[in-house]
Amino acid sequence: MLGELGQLALCFALALSLAMTGAGLIGARAGTSIHVELARRIASASAMGLFVFVALAFGTLVTAFVTSDFSIADVANNSHTLKPLIYKISGVWGNHEGSMLLWVLVLSLYAGAVAFLQRGGKRLTSAALGVQGLLAAAFLLFILFTSNPFLRLDPAPFEGAGLNPLLQDPGLAMHPPMLYVGYVGLSASFSYAAAALLVGEDGWARAARPFMLIAWMALTCGIALGSWWAYYELGWGGFWFWDPVENASLMPWLVATALLHSALATERSGAFRTWTLLLAIGGFSLSLIGTFLVRSGVLSSVHAFASDPTRGFFIMVLIVCAIGGALGLFAWRAPTLQGGATFDTVSRESALLLNNVFLVGSTAAVFVGTLYPLALDALTHGQQKISVGPPYYALTFAPIFFVLLLLVPFGPQLGWRRGDLKASIRALTPALGLAVIAALVVLAVASPRTLTGTLAFAVAGWLIGASILDILKRRGARASAFAAALAHAGLGVTLLGVSATSLWRAEALDVVAPGQTMTVGPYTLRFDGVERVQGPNFQATEAHLALMDHSRVVSVLKPESRVYPAEGQEVADTAIRTTGLSDLYLALGDYRGQGRWTVRAYVSPLAPFIWLGALVMALGGALSLWGRLRLKLGVPSPVIMPAE
Amino acid sequence: MNAKKRRRLYFAAALVAAGGVLATAIVYELGNNVLYFYSPSDVAAKHVNPGIAFRIGGLVEKASVHHGTGADVQFVVTDGARTVPVDYNGVLPALFREGQGVVATGALDASGTFNATEILAKHDEKYMPPEVVAALKRSGRWKEGGQ
Repeated sequence: MLGELGQLALCFALALSLAMTGAGLIGARAGTSIHVELARRIASASAMGLFVFVALAFGTLVTAFVTSDFSIADVANNSHTLKPLIYKISGVWGNHEGSMLLWVLVLSLYAGAVAFLQRGGKRLTSAALGVQGLLAAAFLLFILFTSNPFLRLDPAPFEGAGLNPLLQDPGLAMHPPMLYVGYVGLSASFSYAAAALLVGEDGWARAARPFMLIAWMALTCGIALGSWWAYYELGWGGFWFWDPVENASLMPWLVATALLHSALATERSGAFRTWTLLLAIGGFSLSLIGTFLVRSGVLSSVHAFASDPTRGFFIMVLIVCAIGGALGLFAWRAPTLQGGATFDTVSRESALLLNNVFLVGSTAAVFVGTLYPLALDALTHGQQKISVGPPYYALTFAPIFFVLLLLVPFGPQLGWRRGDLKASIRALTPALGLAVIAALVVLAVASPRTLTGTLAFAVAGWLIGASILDILKRRGARASAFAAALAHAGLGVTLLGVSATSLWRAEALDVVAPGQTMTVGPYTLRFDGVERVQGPNFQATEAHLALMDHSRVVSVLKPESRVYPAEGQEVADTAIRTTGLSDLYLALGDYRGQGRWTVRAYVSPLAPFIWLGALVMALGGALSLWGRLRLKLGVPSPVIMPAE
Repeated sequence: MNAKKRRRLYFAAALVAAGGVLATAIVYELGNNVLYFYSPSDVAAKHVNPGIAFRIGGLVEKASVHHGTGADVQFVVTDGARTVPVDYNGVLPALFREGQGVVATGALDASGTFNATEILAKHDEKYMPPEVVAALKRSGRWKEGGQ
């Protein structure tokens, strides 16, 4: 019953997405305003209907997982009756079919939001809905023909196969939805950009702004959640591995960040008109490429659910059509757009241009490092298998980003059209002071002393100091005026965490017998043996390590190694004790006989700052969004000019 | 040419130069920091020099795992045709087993032992690193549906 209901809802959704495409695109080119209005209304109603039906299909699948309806193949292959409720629900997107349905759910959520908010002119909105509908139709076809989550299993098994235990974690339960709201959210900017090219209308950047902001915030949080998960779940003490799957989410983030800045100039002074369009197309294209990389099975990772070549082929065709179509439209229509406004070499526009150059440059470095091994593998038919590791990114991505961070504080100081560099430097002098203080503190406290670390702390101080100055200058303005300052300060906070953890992490790896002690950094730990613990759907070996202050036990940390019998897998569960300024991190290794276990311990200074900074960045985005929507709802505000 | 146009030209030239530097850096660093994947047969055929980092993959040979002092562990990687001894100081991944697939990153020392700095965490009983599958296929030791 559930299966048929979901299937039916998906078919209705497909019909509505086609109606939306047809009406939307007709509305974009219709001759009279009555026809435009009619087409826009049909497209809008279809968009909202699309969201309702996809949500119904998704709700059906969630119900099937929660009630363990094993007559549905997707549920039987990926769920288990003994799983806790939260992991039954997160299991919906812990597999290929369900995650693609979530993808389309988010796509139609944005379609519904575009229809609901009706930002921009009627023709523009109509065209944007048409493009969004086309994307929805393509992905619904993909689901119905290659990845149907509602396929039946007859006879239904008594028990399901379970979910990859690595995915049974609260952080990772939330990670995919968050990331998708970001990834797929870039579709709205893409649709508006394509619509602007179709109808030749200005003002798309302003219309698409809230969607850009939501997508960027969600991407920021999603990437941070993924990195946090990798930190505490994988047991390696690292937070970023330059894994192709991680890069697949980083690239859209970098381009979305460039887009946010470039669109600001387009909206404000008409500068970079065509470039902003190209970024909107590029951002979503990278999301599509990311989806392909992650879902087609060309990469080996926890994320690669599908290894069915027809799916990979279908997504590949979809990507080529979407990117090729959009770029073709761009090549055809962009030359007809009016030229951008002029600006001085020293101006806010120039600063935004530099920001874009560095962001796109760093994206290029990540792109090459991620795709080169795959291309080489394909070209040599699997004879040449290579991988590109962290040293490559440390020597390409890191320096580019470092220079970018160095330049960030100038942006908000410079005026539009024409800026005063000397006055900006004068205004930023206190921030320079904070940079020097940060460098001196790190030279005094940290060991070993490193040039990279000193520079990183100086730049972090410079960023945070400049943000504080910006906030002081804008005292009393409406909340959204502080958006940029917060986002830039967040960068500084993350930089502190990343550099301190990478450069000054203490590490110990010992084989310990009960009663023995090990030391890591300033801490002494006594191993008190292991205990077997029965979880709801796993058996854990829990090690007890007492944190000692001379002979007194301060606290007991319990890293675990869990075995999930249904899935036949073993997963480590770390124990982390944080002071807010540093993490003591323990992971239980393998058994070495006679009661002895390997234990891996790290002391990671400022580790929590990595994710705290991301949160501050996202908060900056939220403030800006709040200001935008408040303006939209007509609340009077003291300053009309967007101040980001 | 007026001053404004000249400034703009400098700006464009600076951008092109920056792009050139970036492209050079990417190509250069890519050349220096790529890790090749070799099977034990490749290691024998290519005479990989000591100290050059690469990844090796194959099966952990049965009855070859020996634990040394501390966290030190030694084992042999095989692709059925050739073998390479591996030395590793660290925590073994949860599903490290004799007879199962393994991928290690490291370099050979002068005696021909592979000093591993990292052993790939294999996440899943069913999952076999694709590189290992390819290596076993090439040495003719791969059987579909189980080893």
